[in-house]
Parts: sequence; C-alpha cells; structure tokens
Amino acid sequence: MLTAIIALTLLALILGLLLGFASVKFKVEGDPIVEQIDKLLPQTQCGQCSFAGCRPYAEAIAAGEADINRCPPGGEATIQALADLLDVEPKPLDEECGVEKPKMLAVIDEQRCIGCTLCIQACPVDAILGAAKHMHTVIADECTGCELCLEPCPVDCIDMLEVAQNPNTWRWPDPSHLQLERGGRS
Amino acid sequence: MTQPLGSFPGGLKLRGHKKRSTQTPIRRTPLAKQLILPLQQHIGAAAVPIVEVGDKVLKGQRIARAEGHVSVCLHAPSSGTVVAIDEQAIPHPSGLSAACITIETDGEDKWAERHPVKGFQDMTPHEIRQIIRDAGIVGLGGAGFPSFIKLNPGIHHTVESLILNGAECEPYITCDDMLMRERADGILDGVEIMLHALNAQEVLLAIEDNKSQAISSMELALAARPHLTQTKIAVIPTRYPTGGEKQIIQVVTGKEVPTNGLPIDIGIVCHNMGTAYAVGRAINHGEPLISRIVTVTGTDVTHAGNFETLFGTPISALLEFAETKRQPDEPFILGGPMMGFNLSGDNLPVTKTANCILVGVEDAAEKAEPLPCIRCGDCASACPASLLPQQLYWHARAKDFDQTRDYNLFDCIECGCCDYVCPSKIPLVSYFRFAKTEIMNQERERKKSDLARERFETRQARMEREQREKEERQRQRKAALAASKAKKEQDAAAETSSAEDKEN
Ligand code: SF4
Ligand code: SF4
Ligand code: SF4
Ligand code: SF4
Repeated sequence: MLTAIIALTLLALILGLLLGFASVKFKVEGDPIVEQIDKLLPQTQCGQCSFAGCRPYAEAIAAGEADINRCPPGGEATIQALADLLDVEPKPLDEECGVEKPKMLAVIDEQRCIGCTLCIQACPVDAILGAAKHMHTVIADECTGCELCLEPCPVDCIDMLEVAQNPNTWRWPDPSHLQLERGGRS
Repeated sequence: MTQPLGSFPGGLKLRGHKKRSTQTPIRRTPLAKQLILPLQQHIGAAAVPIVEVGDKVLKGQRIARAEGHVSVCLHAPSSGTVVAIDEQAIPHPSGLSAACITIETDGEDKWAERHPVKGFQDMTPHEIRQIIRDAGIVGLGGAGFPSFIKLNPGIHHTVESLILNGAECEPYITCDDMLMRERADGILDGVEIMLHALNAQEVLLAIEDNKSQAISSMELALAARPHLTQTKIAVIPTRYPTGGEKQIIQVVTGKEVPTNGLPIDIGIVCHNMGTAYAVGRAINHGEPLISRIVTVTGTDVTHAGNFETLFGTPISALLEFAETKRQPDEPFILGGPMMGFNLSGDNLPVTKTANCILVGVEDAAEKAEPLPCIRCGDCASACPASLLPQQLYWHARAKDFDQTRDYNLFDCIECGCCDYVCPSKIPLVSYFRFAKTEIMNQERERKKSDLARERFETRQARMEREQREKEERQRQRKAALAASKAKKEQDAAAETSSAEDKEN
C-alpha cells in the first residue's frame, strides 16, 4: 500500500515536471498565423477595413471572420500576398472599403499651423513632431499616409501630397500593359 | 599570353559593327557652355554638395562629398561658376529628374592645384583607396560601382587574380578598344597601383580576339615593364556577353562565382580597363575623374568615333560635334544595342557610366506584337547565366514574384540573349526588369510597414502606460481624499466628544 502511494506520487511529480518543462519550452508566442498575416498588412492603421487597425483585421482574417480583400492601402499586392499565404484565390479589392490610391504623404502648412497638438494625438505612428503652440512638421519617412490627422486639425492646414517618385524608387512598367513600345534592342 | 581556361554556357555570336567608330583617333569634345552634374552618377548614396550657387570653381575642384560608405565625391570638370543646384533631367530610363549641380564654364579651363603622388609603392592600400574615393572613381564599364570598395579585399581574403576586363563584347561600343590602342601605358600605370593595393598574385588583361590592335599595343606597353612578371594578356574568344563580370571570370580562370556570391569569394577581383586608366591619372597626376571616353556611333552618325568628353556635357552637344542625321528631340540609345535603353531629351548630360551613344541600329528587329511562348527552350540555351527565362517570364507575367526569385531572377544580367533568340519576339528582359524593380519595391514597403508597426506598438504601449499611470494617480488621489475626509470626520467626532466631555 505505502509503496503504491509513493510510486504514484513520484509518477505524478515526474509527469508534472515534464509538462511544466514542455509548456515553457514549446510556448506559443501569440498566434503565429495572426503574426504572419499582420506582417503582410501595410500597418497604416487607417481603419478602412472596418477594423480598429491592422492587427485586429489580421485576427479577423485568421478567425475566418473577414475576407482578404478589405485593405485599400495594401491593394492588389497585399491581396496577392495574403492569398499566397492562406492558399486561397485572390479576389479584387472590396469597393466598400475604398480604392487603391497612389502613396500619399501628409504635409503641414507651417504658416497656418497654430500648434494645437491635435494631429500629434491622432497620428498612430508618432510621425508628427512639434510642441504646444509651436508649428508642427511631418517626418516624411515615417508618415504612412493614413489621413487620420486631417480630421482633427481645426484650421485645415494638413494636405496629402502624392509621394514623388525618384530614379531610385522608380519601377519598370509592366510589359504586358505596353505594346509595341519597345526599342533599343536589336 | 595565356590561354582561356573555360567558357560560359549560351551566349551569342553577334556582328560587331566596331569598325564604324575606330577609324579616327580619340577626339576631344569641345567645352560646353553649361555642365550639368547629377549628384548620383554611381551605385550608392548621392554625393552632398559642398558649394553654393554663385561660387567660382576651378577644374578638378571637389564640389560634392561622398555620403556614407558606398559613395564617391564629385568634381568640377572645368572652371566656371555654379549657377544652379536643383533638379534636372538625367539620363535614366525613367525619364525622371534628380538633384544636379550646374556649372557655367568660363572658357579658361583653369585647373585647381593638383597633388600627384610620387612613389605610390610607399603608400598603404588604405591611403590609395582613400585617394581613389576622393577622386570620384567608379567602374567605367557601365555599372558605376565605387572602385575603392572593389580594391578592398578585406582581411579574410587573398586575391589570387586581378582581371582587367577589356572584353567590350557588346556590338558598336569601342571606347575601351580605343583606350587600349592609344593609352596602353596609362592603363598599365593604373594596373600597377591596383596590383599594389590588392597584393594580387597574378594580373590578367583579358581582351577579345577581335581587337588585334589593342592586343598588340598592350603587349608592347607590357614588354616595356619587365618587372610586371605576374601580369599577362589573356586573349579570349569574341562572344557575347563575355564582358559580363561572372562570364569573363569563367572564361579566363575556369572558376564560377556562386549565386549571391562575389568574385572575391573565390579570390578574384575584376576591374574595367577605363577604370584602371582613371586610377593611374588620379594617383600619378592628381587628376580626379572629370571626363571619360564616349563612343558615338550608329547608322545615323556621320563622323562616328570616340570622344573624350567632360562630365556634364549635354549629349546633344556631343551628337552635334559628331554630326548626326538625328532631329532635335529624337530618341537615341544610351549604351549598346543589347543592354542599352532609349532616351530622348536634348539637355541630358554625359555621366560617369555613359559608355556609348547609339543613333540608328543597322539590323534592328522590326517591332512586332509578341506571340505566345511555344516552349521551344531556345531562350534557356542562349542564357549565359544558366537560367530558365521561359519560367521566369511565366511567373513575372503572373506577378508571382516569389517564384521568380526561386528561379534566381537576380542572377539575370539583363544581357538580352534570350530576347534575341526568342522566335515569338517576347520582350523577356522587359519582364525581368519589371519583376526586379517590383520585388525591390515590395522590400522597401515591407521595411516601411515594419517600421510603422514598431512605432505603432511603442505608441500603444506608451499610451497604455500613461493610462495606467493616470488611473493610478486618480486612485491615489481618491484614497488620499478619502483618508483626509475620514481623518476630518474623526477629528470632528473627537472634537464633539471632547466638547461633550467638557460639557459634562
Ligand atoms: S485597411 Fe489596411 S492599412 Fe488600414 S487598418 Fe485595415 S489593414 Fe491596416
Ligand atoms: S502624419 Fe498624418 S497621415 Fe501621416 S501617419 Fe501620421 S496621421 Fe497618418
Ligand atoms: S537576359 Fe537574363 S535570362 Fe535572358 S539570357 Fe541574359 S541572363 Fe539569361
Ligand atoms: S525562346 Fe521564346 S518561345 Fe521559346 S521557350 Fe523561350 S520564351 Fe518561349
């Protein structure tokens, strides 16, 4: 009787330790699929997908509650990448959410800015620099073009400009769209 | 002389059309009134101006400094006044503008003080590289990679072979050919300096066998330097694209540069003949890179030839000097018929990488609507990089860019051999260029969205923390309030009770 109790206690102890060890060693860091989906979203946090941001949308896709074609800033390329990841057919962007626009950048008219800091509070990526009662500026490299700072500005001094292309970011056109326009090659 | 040890797969035998531009010696292009100098004429970060509008500059004076590691300086090609620092049209397939310094020349062509080096043998490789960087020297074969970086093998590598690329395999182009014919000695000056900087075991001057005059002039110059025992001329078969870096290494040494690898990984460094000449001028004469030899040729050019041209000279002025049948604003090709691209615009300047201006190609294919791929496999047999262009095309067309990567898209050197042989006239290279820039763009976007996510998450965390702190403060205030209230009540109670006591 006593040996049986000791044996069982020992067994329980060993198994418990094993389980405890396994839970530490094979700990799941968040949901890997959500993580992967979130990596493909543009992180604009604009909410056009009808979710509160990119991560909530990623969670909804992972849970099968939302379609993959609801992110206008990501556009065709993001839909393609999501379709690839989840092994489903790509589909055109849901027009209810918006249309794919060229990349934009917020610019504050420094003459008109009254330094109210409302835009700073609105910007989800801390891309606006400035102190109270001093004019503000947008850090061009960090602005995602989400337009969330436009609404709160009381004097309408923020404009969205198209991001200008330069020779280093320029892309060769898709040849299937241009016909008979090549030359230079014999 | 040594025999080639290997060969590369595929490739083409093309008509050279080289005689057209080798009948007259190298000529000097007249000084233009205005020189337009893009700040980025090399691979890497654009140079940063160190002059201001209105400044007087001398020939060879530095006007922009290198920014970051992969960058080189820029110099005034002639004396004059800086009249603008702004965006100007540049010779780029996009047709876009970029930051340029514009100099109005004063016609005096007056040099700044030069500091030639006496006895480079006493300098360390590091000092030599520094001068080469300050002199603004980049690979003059076409890519424009800063040369000082390719003269630094790093402490973990020894250089077995230094190869001087004199293949010039693309039809029509003859600037390296003429340089070897006329300035062989100057090239060897640079080769000796490169040899010293790299401490290479052997030097191979690789020249295609269709350039007999260049070969004999290089032989003559080499014979006059008996101390260069490790330097040999390698005559290689004429075949397109032998001049590709990986291809010439394969031909001359029989070794293959691994995918995603660099020549230095197998102990080899490769430089262009024109670059060697520029290195010699920079060290021995103290002259920065301010001009280059440009081939102007093609069926519509009256006096085709090679022209030593200051950077910034408008291409239209060069074409005028060579006399062409071209009408203003008609397009021309920058580079050769296989790898070059169409440009138009009369104010585009000659830059460090402009090796050839081509106006009118003799056997130009008539433009035809591409037909469907018939899976003949001709493109794969022609590819010098052993790629499968048909598969690459398929995936690039479907915008399945991950697949194009798996098929080694970035090994494609855009030589155009596949285009050339395709019976369906599919513009394969255009698809590959398209796919490459799309992939690079996706990578930039991914980096940007990663940054945005990071910033968003830190902001979230900060706001949560602030919220918590606020709540905490509120709680504390409430607690303090409650406590003081309780105390007051207590005091009041005590007072009343003591009062009552007294009354009693
Ligand atoms: S629409 Fe796209 S970018 Fe905007 S919040 Fe949704 S997932 Fe993010
Ligand atoms: S600056 Fe405006 S548009 Fe740019 S990221 Fe911030 S809120 Fe969005
Ligand atoms: S262009 Fe690219 S794919 Fe075509 S033959 Fe040349 S290396 Fe091969
Ligand atoms: S050469 Fe042209 S037709 Fe033939 S397999 Fe290649 S792409 Fe297709």
